[in-house]
Amino acid sequence: MSDKPILLEAKDLCVSYGKVEALHKVSLRIREGEIVTVIGPNGAGKTTLLSCLMGLLPGKGDVSYVGQALGNDFEVEERVGLGLTLVPEKRELFADMSVEDNLLLGAFDRYRRGQKDYAKTMEEVYGIFPRLKERAAQMAGTLSGGERQMLAMGRALMAKPKLLMLDEPSLGLAPLIIREIFRTVARLREMGVSVLLVEQNARAALQVADYGYVLETGEVSLEGPSKELANDPRVIEAYLGLGGKH
Amino acid sequence: MDFQIALLLGQDGLTNGAIYALLALALVLVFAVTRVIFIPQGEFVAYGALTLAALQAGKVPATLWLVLALGAAVTAIDSAQALRHGATRRLPRIIAVNLVAPLLLWLLLTSVDLVGLPLIGQIALALAIVVPLGPMLYRLAYQPIAEASVLMLLIVSVAVHVVLIGLGLLFFGAEGTRTPAFTEGTLDLGATTLQYQTLWILASSAVLIVALYAFFGRTIYGKALRATALNRTGARLMGISTTMAGKLSFTLAALIGAFSGILISPVTTLYYDSGFLIGLKGFVGAIIGGLVSYPVAAAGALLVGFLESYSSFYASAYKEVIVFTLIIPVLLWRSLTSHHSEEEE
Repeated sequence: MSDKPILLEAKDLCVSYGKVEALHKVSLRIREGEIVTVIGPNGAGKTTLLSCLMGLLPGKGDVSYVGQALGNDFEVEERVGLGLTLVPEKRELFADMSVEDNLLLGAFDRYRRGQKDYAKTMEEVYGIFPRLKERAAQMAGTLSGGERQMLAMGRALMAKPKLLMLDEPSLGLAPLIIREIFRTVARLREMGVSVLLVEQNARAALQVADYGYVLETGEVSLEGPSKELANDPRVIEAYLGLGGKH
Repeated sequence: MDFQIALLLGQDGLTNGAIYALLALALVLVFAVTRVIFIPQGEFVAYGALTLAALQAGKVPATLWLVLALGAAVTAIDSAQALRHGATRRLPRIIAVNLVAPLLLWLLLTSVDLVGLPLIGQIALALAIVVPLGPMLYRLAYQPIAEASVLMLLIVSVAVHVVLIGLGLLFFGAEGTRTPAFTEGTLDLGATTLQYQTLWILASSAVLIVALYAFFGRTIYGKALRATALNRTGARLMGISTTMAGKLSFTLAALIGAFSGILISPVTTLYYDSGFLIGLKGFVGAIIGGLVSYPVAAAGALLVGFLESYSSFYASAYKEVIVFTLIIPVLLWRSLTSHHSEEEE
């Protein structure tokens, strides 16, 4: 696994909101075809990390993507063009537009650059989330929580990303739906999409991921292959609770 | 008032209302996408009409110099920014769009016989001169403060409006102009007569409204504009740049404004500052639609047209007062029925 080329690497990344430092010297690495998870408690800076990697927030430190340095002047839109996508915690769907239009706009950047095969991509996305096909004509704002998460992920996949960043995909969802979402995350690896998964649900995240980082108060406190992390007494005590053997 | 007069006033109201509706749609579009209350919308009406009149008089319109100047400014700023970011690959496009295209337009204007051109050619040239002002103004005046509050954007709008009015006086002088009708003559309907130009106005407005509807409902760029209006962050995450959406909406607004001016200049004399009042009436329509609903804004603008036309019969001196007073009950009704929402972000 470790011989695969590095897709995205952050070195000593710091992000501040005014004088408050939210991330302090965070370093992480994602290889092609890997699922990497960042777990940690509320307020640890997980969302800040993803926002910075996506270009929504400026940061200090080095971020490189397939060997190319991504400075703060790389706008969100350019990063989408490079193959990075983010499914934010709030999903940020277009509530008054149909499911199909939401998906279509996921392919906007590719369309603009002359790749007009969105109909085929949409069939693939419907293949992954058949529920979305049933709801194609429905307004996004009328979907259930689970369907919204599926739509947000489907919309991100329409951009044919190399790296999909998911911010708390399980947040506020029923256990059955969570299982379905994580099954889909595991399938994405087979499709050649790398995933950076930020989760509070550490158990589910470590089960599906190859490698994990524990983020606490803005710093990486632990990292390692997810199997090792899942058996680490510190992780078990803080995040998995008793019976960490799942 | 007998039936004949009522019919005549109704016709007038409908024609004006159609123009106000177009402007109201443009205002709603610009506000929804960029949160800018586009007060200079009316200036595009005057610029469009007066540029066409200048072309028909065989002169190179002074608006062209404005396009060249703004184009040069945009080129300088965008190139500097691209160089600072090391994005030299963007340079050819920046220069082609903002510098070369206006220069080619200049060359074209000096090399063709402007007076001898068919009307449609003159209209195309007038639009080619005035419409680029929209995205250029967005780039220079609004894009640097795109994240500012609605109030600040409004203040900038007022400034742009004042500058454009002043330039209008400089470019076109204080005299008003009329342009010849697209088709001369009137149509006898028995009870009333219709100028052919009125039919042109109504038909063109209808076609434009349907075209806008199709643009927003069927094309990916139209949907991208709607998406930006609905959820800015969501749109950016899809690679829909706020700048692109802003420029596109300003281009459409400039096109709608300039074309409206060209439509009405055969039936009403337009001065360099006539656009303001026309734009404001469109704005009343847009307010009735709450600056969000396109159909309600269009209907509201039609209402403004009728109200203006009938009040000019009963109380001619007060017709503007009556039209603008309409905004008070509308605002009252709006503030009583809708929940106040905090400005986003």
